[in-house]
Order: sequence, then structure tokens, then C-alpha cells
Amino acid sequence: MSRPPAPHDPRAAGLPDGEALLSVRHLDTTFHTPRGPLHAVRDVSFDVRPGEVLGIVGESGSGKSVTLRSILRLLKPPTEITGEVRWKGLDLLTASRRRMLEVTGAEISVIFQEPMTALNPVLTVGEQILESLRAHEGLRGAAARDRATELLDLVGIPSPRERLGAYPHEFSGGMRQRAMIAIALASTPQLLLADEPTTALDVTIQDQILKLLLRLREQLGMSVILVTHDLGVVAQTCDRVAVMYAGRLVETAPVRAVFREPKHAYTLGLRLSLPSGGAHRQPLQPIPGAPPDLQDLPPGCPFAPRCSYVTDACRAEEPRRQPVAPQHTSACIHSDRLPAFEEVGS
Amino acid sequence: MASEVAATGATRRRARARIARPKPTLLLGLTIVVAMLLMALLPHIVAPYDPSKFDYDAILQAPSAAHWFGTDNFGRDVFSRVVYGARVDLQIALFTTLFPFLFGTLMGALTGYVGRWLDGIFGRIVDVVMVFPFLILVIAIVAMLGPGLRNMYLAVSIVGWVYYARLVRGETIVQKQSEYVQAARVMGYSPARIVFRHIFPNAVTPAIVYWMTDMSLGILLGASLGYLGLGAQPPTAEWGVMVADGKNFMVTAPWISTFPGLVLTLAGVGFSLVGDGMADLLRPKS
Amino acid sequence: MIPTLLVILILVFAMVRLLPGDPAVAILGDRVTDEAVAKIRAELGLDRPLPVQFWYFFERVLRGDLGNSINLKISVIRLIQDRLPVTLFLTLYAGVLAAVLAVPAAVISALTRGSWMDNLTRAIFQIGLSLPVFYVSLQLLGLFGARLHWFPVGGIGPTPASNLYYLFLPALSLGFYLAAILMRNLRSSILEVLNAEYVDFARAKGIRPRLVLTKHILRNALISTVTLFGLSIGQLMGGAVITETVFAIPGVGRLMVDAIFGRDYAVVQGLTLAFAIVIMLVFLLTDLVYTVLDPRTKVA
Repeated sequence: MSRPPAPHDPRAAGLPDGEALLSVRHLDTTFHTPRGPLHAVRDVSFDVRPGEVLGIVGESGSGKSVTLRSILRLLKPPTEITGEVRWKGLDLLTASRRRMLEVTGAEISVIFQEPMTALNPVLTVGEQILESLRAHEGLRGAAARDRATELLDLVGIPSPRERLGAYPHEFSGGMRQRAMIAIALASTPQLLLADEPTTALDVTIQDQILKLLLRLREQLGMSVILVTHDLGVVAQTCDRVAVMYAGRLVETAPVRAVFREPKHAYTLGLRLSLPSGGAHRQPLQPIPGAPPDLQDLPPGCPFAPRCSYVTDACRAEEPRRQPVAPQHTSACIHSDRLPAFEEVGS
Repeated sequence: MASEVAATGATRRRARARIARPKPTLLLGLTIVVAMLLMALLPHIVAPYDPSKFDYDAILQAPSAAHWFGTDNFGRDVFSRVVYGARVDLQIALFTTLFPFLFGTLMGALTGYVGRWLDGIFGRIVDVVMVFPFLILVIAIVAMLGPGLRNMYLAVSIVGWVYYARLVRGETIVQKQSEYVQAARVMGYSPARIVFRHIFPNAVTPAIVYWMTDMSLGILLGASLGYLGLGAQPPTAEWGVMVADGKNFMVTAPWISTFPGLVLTLAGVGFSLVGDGMADLLRPKS
Repeated sequence: MIPTLLVILILVFAMVRLLPGDPAVAILGDRVTDEAVAKIRAELGLDRPLPVQFWYFFERVLRGDLGNSINLKISVIRLIQDRLPVTLFLTLYAGVLAAVLAVPAAVISALTRGSWMDNLTRAIFQIGLSLPVFYVSLQLLGLFGARLHWFPVGGIGPTPASNLYYLFLPALSLGFYLAAILMRNLRSSILEVLNAEYVDFARAKGIRPRLVLTKHILRNALISTVTLFGLSIGQLMGGAVITETVFAIPGVGRLMVDAIFGRDYAVVQGLTLAFAIVIMLVFLLTDLVYTVLDPRTKVA
């Protein structure tokens, strides 16, 4: 095993202690469709600290992937993104294209859900790593190949030097995902955006990949934003959690708080629909109803139609997200009525 | 009983689900085709002069009010000849494609459904035909039979059906694997019934679409052979023949070749736009 | 491939014998004398059973003896040797010009999808699909050759290099149609690839947009277009027949037409065989190129 690069020191990033690396404020992303504007992300704000793993949880259509892609302006036109995304002081939403090219893939990297479609099928894995190295680290030739081999080794791919010349379809699913991570790590990013990185994998492989991500976070001092719909994944990996519903952030909290004392009816619903290992057998409780049509939202809280704690006040006006406990915010006006949970062994 | 309804219902639902909104280019194509049909069916109304009338007082005249497309070296009005040529070229479009379409579709469906030895023979035929440029094959056959329109139709038909058959065979094989056919099989329907009532309608659709585009190609081919002297023979007013007639006058009287060629191209564009439009209509992208 | 070749040989052999009348007379054409007829009959073994005749034919083909041209008084094989390179040059030149026209147009069209530029480009190439080769050839010859004298009015040049000039107009008129087909295919291929996740991922790596276009988008989109190109060479050679006729180029296309009109059956036979072999080789080459371009198709 080669020596991993030194972990990021927050002070080295030029930040005072405790200051956020990434600061998202009032992010608003709208798609212009033939049917009219679609507000996929509405007024989303959160911070990511150095070395922190932030989980963004929600159902399909909740806006979590769009949020991720909005950070680096990776969406296809016609899309409108407003708000502020401060990366070490620089507002990414108004930065020049050139500056964006410097940050993207270098300081902030992305990995996608399905490695078979996210990797170019006609280029070798080695070539795809070398691309990043060339673009951001200025490495070429033997030095670049050495570094690429190191990266494949770092993510746990056996016979890394031979595998440089292999094509994506020659890897198994889990190995492909590791290869994609290796590509993303080529320039030692300080923040990794992971869009459902384990959703397409078997449960056992899923576990391996998550452990890998945590190990890399330790070794490289990297922050991670992990987007997922699976609370189980969140429990295993995240430090903080942000819950999204219908494009809005409905709750943010440290991970244990989210599991022990969810403060939004939706989060409670998610929590209840998890099978509880070790507890006596209970029927699973899915959340009734279906996710809303973002182009046809009812007034008031978007979760109201499916909520068991709903009152008229909920339907009248959309609740604002408020702090309800230390480090814990919620957009539910009935957060105090929600039950808490015994801590179950993870 | 209920499952029979279900099987045909699935077919009908499939057909309905495929129709989308027509593109403007389809309408443009249809306009052109209709205009051509008008020229073909009622040339005496559209054309001001007799196409074969020589007028030695008016040879090689540039386009003017009296002669919109000018006159050729015999004094014939080019515009009138072009109009009368529509009948010939549209006939060519029809007769070079009709037999290939009918025979090819039938053979394709059969081969696709039956498979095995029939498919093996068919594959061999396709290999041989594909290796020759279509034009050369047709020319060679016309060479053996002698020039003229009828032999040209024969020559094109001998070779052309293969393209349709290949298309329909592919579609048939796809349909064969689909769920509703498997359901029909399980129900115990006879193969003939499955082929004709279930597979055929769906497999034939791309063939019909191709037919439209093929008509455009047929006009091109007929005109090419006419130009070479192997298709329609002078003094027939066929657009390709007319372009050939004017080839020695490209500097002195370019209109003799230019206008028939333009109309020829326009006709081709019309049919191929219709073909494309139909393809879009019947297979909208999800 | 071998069985196909065999079938083709049989068909070519049968071509002449399907003609009405005595094949010997057909081959000799107008120069019929009793001795000549007897000689040909013996040579072809016309009084022997058909399989034997075919065997003679087959043997001779293997030896490279394709008979002689009655009109031009040279051996067919010699004619092919002289003229095939010309047609091949013309065809390849046309292919290159077609690619030069089609690729940038397809890229612009796909990347500006729906704009006036896209629509205009597509309209131009749509017309190109219906423009007959003989018409384009004639117009280009008439305008740039006969009228403006920018280019020669036909024939080929003294050296291969000079042919880049002499054959420019013919290659252009031949390539137009291919350009239209290629452009259509590439445009839709690019549009498909643009939706692929790996393009997003490449952008997310922060590499320059130009590299994303060439290494990721085009590298994938071109696969189907290159294959189409290979498969269209045959059609191109067919079109060469017409172009060579209009521009009076001494290639095998024009030779074919002349031979047909001149009832020079040995030549027609020999050329048909030559065309078939060349195109089969091109198909094989295209298959090979495809496996190189798309690593997913490599046989282990």
C-alpha cells in the first residue's frame, strides 16, 4: 500500500475552525418544460464542514439528485438556478466557466449511481483516470500511470497496473463502482458528491463500497455529500442528515437525532418503514400515497396529503424550517407531537 | 374468451399508442406529392403545350413568359414536357416498388416466422444481393433483357424485394418474441392465424414506411437509368431522359437539363419527407 | 464468405448462358466467323455438360483468365488492372469529401438542435438525399467545368496527385448523397450519446468541453456512422458508374456501361465478379474496424 496523501486540514483550506467548506443558501432550481416551469429544488440551504459526511435523503422526485448537480451546474438547459453556493468563499453559481473547470473534478468530484452507464465504454479505465490527471494535476506519461495505479490500489482493485488497460465492461459491478471512485479521486478532491453510489449494487457490495467511502474520508480528510433514498445507508455512513421532500428541505439533524427523534412527519414515516433488526416482528409500515406532482403542488405543506398528523394549519400555509433542537431543524409544525425511538443496535 | 379479447386488445392498444402529432415536414411532403399527382393525372390541364410538338421557330429559347422553362433543341416546351413526365416518373415510382413491397413483405414474414432452413436460404440470398451495388445489378439485368421500361421494372423487382424482406423478417422476429404472441401461442392459436392477425399488422408497418422512401429512390433509379439510356427511351418525356437530352447544351441552354432535374429532386424530396413523417408518426420517441 | 463467393461465381457464369441464342455468338458479337465460333465453343466446352463447363470457367477464373474484350481487344484482367484503381480512387475520394461535409454539419446540427441552423442544415442535406448523382455531376460539370473553366471537363490527370484536382468535381458529385446519409446517421447518433450518463460524468470531471466532444461524444457516436460508411462503399461504387459516364473517366464503372451497350459480355462478366470481390472485402474490413472501434465487441 502506498502512502496516502495527507488529510485535508481545515486550516490549510484557509478556513477558521468550524467554518463550512460548502455553504448552500436558498438554492432554487427550475426546469422549463413544455408543461410549464418545474421547481425541482426550492429554497434549499445547508452547510458541509471539512471531513463531514452529509446525507441527503428522499424519495425519487424529491429533488436530491438535482440539488447535487446544481452545486456544480451540471444540469442541461433550459434550467434556471438561483441562490448561492459558496465553496471556500467562491460562489459557484456565478463563477466563470474557466473557474468552474478548475473546481469541477479537482476540488469537488462527483460519482454517479450506475457505473456501467457512467463510464465511457470505449475508453479504458486507465485512460479515464489519466484524463483527470492530465486536466487537473498536469501529470503525463509514466508519472501519470503510476499515480493511476496508486488510485486503483487505493480503492481496493486487485492487480491495479494490469487493470489500467481494461475496459469498463470487463469489470464486475462492484469493481466498476470502485473504478469510478478512483477516477473521482484522481485529483484528491476536498468534497465528494455521491449520487446514490450504491443503489445499483448488491447488498454485500453496497456494504463494501460504503466502508470504502468511509475509509477514504479518513485517509484523505474528504467531505462527502451522499445522496440516497435508503435510510439504512444513512445510518451506516453519515454524520449529518438532510431530508428532502417535494424539492424542499424538511429536516436537518445529526444522524443519531434523525433516528432517535425524527422531527418531521415524513422523516418519521421513513423511519417507520425501516425493518427494525433485533426488535420483535412487526409489519412494515410504508408511507401511504404517492410522491406529489411537482408541477401541481397543493397549498401548504407538500406532505399534508399523506400525513397522519395533518391539521388544517398544515394545509393553510407552507411551514418554514425552524430550529427545534440543538443542530436540528424541521419544517413540521407538529414536530413536538412526534414519538421518539429506542436506540437499536446498528 | 377473455384472453382472446386481451390479446387483440393488446394489439389495438399498441397501434393506438403509436400515433403522435404530424410534423410540418410531413405536410410539406404531402403537398409536393399531391402536386406531382395532379401533374400526372391531369397533365393536359397543367401543361400549356403539347410535349412532343416540335417548333423549329422556337428552338433553344431561354425561359420566358411564353415558355416558363424555355424550349429545347427541337423547340419543345420544357415545362410541358416536365409536366407530362410526371406521369411517367410516378408510374416508375409505383412499378419499381409495388412488387418488391408485396413479395418482399410476404417472404420476410414467412422467413421470419418459420426460420430454420428457410432463413438459411434467405440469408444466403441477402448476402449475395448485398454484395453488389444495387444500380449495377439492375443495369446488368437490364443489359441481359434489353433496355426499356418494362425490363427495368422486372430488373428492379428481381433484386428489390430482398430489402423489404430483410426489414420485415427482422420485425417479425422481434414480434415473435413479444409477449402477446407468446400468449397467443399458449392459447393454442394456429400459426397462420398468429402470423396474419397478430404479427403481420405490426411487422408490415415499417415496410409501408420504407415503401414511401423507396418510391423516392425508385424515381431516382428510374431517372438514372433513363439518363443512361437503359430505362425509358427517348422521345418519352421522362425526367432522367430529359436531363440526358440536355447534356450537350449545358453551356448554351442549361435549362433543358436543369429544370427536369430540379423537379425530379423535388419529387424525391416529397416522397422521402412523407416516408420520414410516417416513420415519426408511427414510432414516436418516448 | 466462401459459400457466398461460390454462389456469385455460379451466377456470373450463368449470366451469359441465360442470354437467348448461342453464347459463343453472344460473346463474339459481330465478329462471327465459323472458325471463331468453333474455337470459342471448344474453349468454353459448350458441348459438354453444364457442370463441366462451370469447372472450366472456375479453373480459368482461378488462373486469372477472365476472357478478352471483343471491343477493346485486351484481356479483361488487364482492363480491370488498369481501370479499377481509378474507380477505387474516385470512390475513396468521394468518401473522404462526404465525411468532410457530413461530420461538421452533424456536430453543429446536433449541438444546436431545434435552432434555425439545425433546421437549415437538415434541409440542405435532405435535398442532398434526393439529388440524383447524374444530375449533380452534370450541373457541376456544366457550371464549374464548361462554363467557368475552374476545373477540367473530364478525364483523369497524368499523375495520382494531379487527380486530386481532376477528380474533385466527380468525387464531390458522388459524395453528396453519401454525405447526406452519413450526416443524418451521425446527427441522430450524437443526439443519443448526448443523453448518456458518461457524457455527464465526463463534464463532472472538469475536462475541457472540446475534449468532451471529441473523446467522449464523437468517439462513441462515430461508431455506427463509420460502420454505415463501410457498408455504403458498395452503393458509392454503383454511383461511380454514373459519375464516370458523365465525366468520361476511364474507370470500371464506365467500362461496365460501355460493355453493356457494346455487348461485350466477357467484360460484363469479369467486372461483375470484380465488383463482388471488392465489396466483400470492404464488408470484411468494416466488420474488423467495428470490433476495433467498439471494445465491447472484441472476441476474447
